[in-house]
Amino acid sequence: MSLLLENVRKSYREPGGRQLPVLNIDRFSIEPAEQVVLIGQSGGGKTTLLNVIAGITSVDAGRILVDGVDVARLNEVRRDRFRAERIGIVFQTFNLLPAFTALENVLLGMTFSGRVDRGYARELLDRVGLSHRLNHRPPQMSVGEQQRVAVARALANRPRLMLADEPTANVDTGNQQMILDLLRQACREHEVSLLLVTHSTEVSGQFDRVETLSRFNKPGVTE
Amino acid sequence: MSLWSIAWKSLKQRWLASSLTGFSVALGIALMVLVLIINGVFTRMFSQNSVGYDLVIGPKGSEWQLVLNTIFRVDRALNDMPWRYYEQLKEDPDFREVIPFAVADVTSEGQFPIVATIPRFFSVPYAYNRSFGIPDDGESTFLRGTWDAVVGSEVARKNGWKVGSTFQLLHSGTGEDAHIHDEKFTVVGVLAPTGTANDRTAFIHIDGFFLLDEHGGTVDSNVEREMLWFQESKEQIEQRYSEVIPKMRAEEERKARAEAEGRHYHSHLAPSVLTKRISAALVVMRGSPDRPNMDEINRSTQAAAKAAELRETFAAQGVQPFGVMYEIQDKLIGNVNLALLVLTVVIVIVSGIGIFVSIYNSMSDRRRQIAILRALGAPRSSVFLVILFESLILCVGGCLVGLLIGHGLVFIASPILEARSGFLVDPFSFERAELYLIPALAVMATLVGFLPGMTAYRTDVAQSLSE
Repeated sequence: MSLLLENVRKSYREPGGRQLPVLNIDRFSIEPAEQVVLIGQSGGGKTTLLNVIAGITSVDAGRILVDGVDVARLNEVRRDRFRAERIGIVFQTFNLLPAFTALENVLLGMTFSGRVDRGYARELLDRVGLSHRLNHRPPQMSVGEQQRVAVARALANRPRLMLADEPTANVDTGNQQMILDLLRQACREHEVSLLLVTHSTEVSGQFDRVETLSRFNKPGVTE
Repeated sequence: MSLWSIAWKSLKQRWLASSLTGFSVALGIALMVLVLIINGVFTRMFSQNSVGYDLVIGPKGSEWQLVLNTIFRVDRALNDMPWRYYEQLKEDPDFREVIPFAVADVTSEGQFPIVATIPRFFSVPYAYNRSFGIPDDGESTFLRGTWDAVVGSEVARKNGWKVGSTFQLLHSGTGEDAHIHDEKFTVVGVLAPTGTANDRTAFIHIDGFFLLDEHGGTVDSNVEREMLWFQESKEQIEQRYSEVIPKMRAEEERKARAEAEGRHYHSHLAPSVLTKRISAALVVMRGSPDRPNMDEINRSTQAAAKAAELRETFAAQGVQPFGVMYEIQDKLIGNVNLALLVLTVVIVIVSGIGIFVSIYNSMSDRRRQIAILRALGAPRSSVFLVILFESLILCVGGCLVGLLIGHGLVFIASPILEARSGFLVDPFSFERAELYLIPALAVMATLVGFLPGMTAYRTDVAQSLSE
């Protein structure tokens, strides 16, 4: 299994001091190279789920096995390293660094895993059709091009799991399908599991497995 | 991609703020370099080891002026000292060396000070353990002839003079009666650089100096000087110089007549003991040859005793140069330099605070950038280091630029300073204290970058990404 969540609990402390449960997942899994789309209401905990899987946010309880490693049991330094080596993330707002060129942004995705490969970075940008934009910085590129750079960056560390948080939400209609195809094809080629969060039925309709967060996440239910 | 290049890119993104804050550090450092170099120049110049003479004997007056004039050649000479007094000093058994020294006139080309002295001057160490390297063969052959001259390295370089070059003297500097003496001196030697005022001095033979027109003075002024220095009556002086004075008076009358007729009159009267006068005498004390290890101390003690003895006389004074130099260094230069140094340290600290403010203010805008780096797997320590490296680049980069600017200014200012003040500043001066600037700035950068670095360290990734 590429991803397995068991008995995951996560709550936030509200300003008044009350605990607000956000995640309460008994079991959720993704098979290797499987592509899953996750839909759900705004504020339902989708981004929190991605963050706990990526090890950006720690959980209160439970197991999060990514490629066989329990992310929840790793200390922060190891979680950071694990994220750098095994997980790729595509954000809704691309989150490219504006001072860096397209090539440098992709190289940045390799930096913290300790496997900087300039040739592979060029190859990735070539694969997303940006070999002619290597030395352009994000403000000099179109929105669609920026998201393609973000996809290349997410693939840079040869991840085992790709997390995409509404990757097409900020992209114009013309580029939406292209980004989606690119992401799915890249994951397929590299046998990377994909968990994609979206609100768009046009997007979710293209996936074999569509999960609704509320189906397996019961934050209001306590044992 | 290294953390350094990430830091560099971030600085480039805010290039205006970054360059202004870096430049403020550079200016502070440039000022500090100037102060350090000037301080070094004056410290060396006024250090006790910078003069090889135990005593400077000259007319009564300002001790500072006597030393500044004879050793540094930056002030006017006090009144004249009669040659007869110098001859008396030569007979003093406490003195190992007595060198007559007349500082007057300048070279017509380049306006370098003229010092008239005897060949022996070049055989006596001019500073502790430093001599001109002229072989001491009993009577040095350097500056042998009446119209011979030896010039310092700077004089030779600036005027393009070499052995065989000739030059004339400009009398009385740039005053109303300034004129160029007809006589020409020939360069017979060029001194190696010494880093002292000797480098910018033209030395002429004292016999030639006395032969120059108007260097003899009038009968009355010379008689008055002798009366003062030797506490003798006018009659006694006139009796002593009974052969010379009538000739001098006759010469004075001829000159007065010529001038009344509008003719230039050039005196050809041979100089006499009465007409010869000098600015000072440089003295090396006898010391204790039987106790060579104690020589310096003994000579210093003897010089102090002699100075006290001379204080009781009417016209002469003896000054220990190192005492005056210590006083100048301690009371004047030291305090000024300390004040300047404190000021520049404050400027650098203010620049450091500027860097802190610049980085700290940028942190709120950069929270997202830091969160992105963390999401890509950067540990907290890495984002902390990126911020610290930014501070280091600004501080150390500013320091390097400041060193370049500071040394550039020294390079440009050294000839101007030399021309205006007479102080020699090596355009390629480097002070050992400068070696500490970069480590000091690195420490400052660490302190300045610590708080913004901690802000980056504590950034909440999930929250910052959602903003």
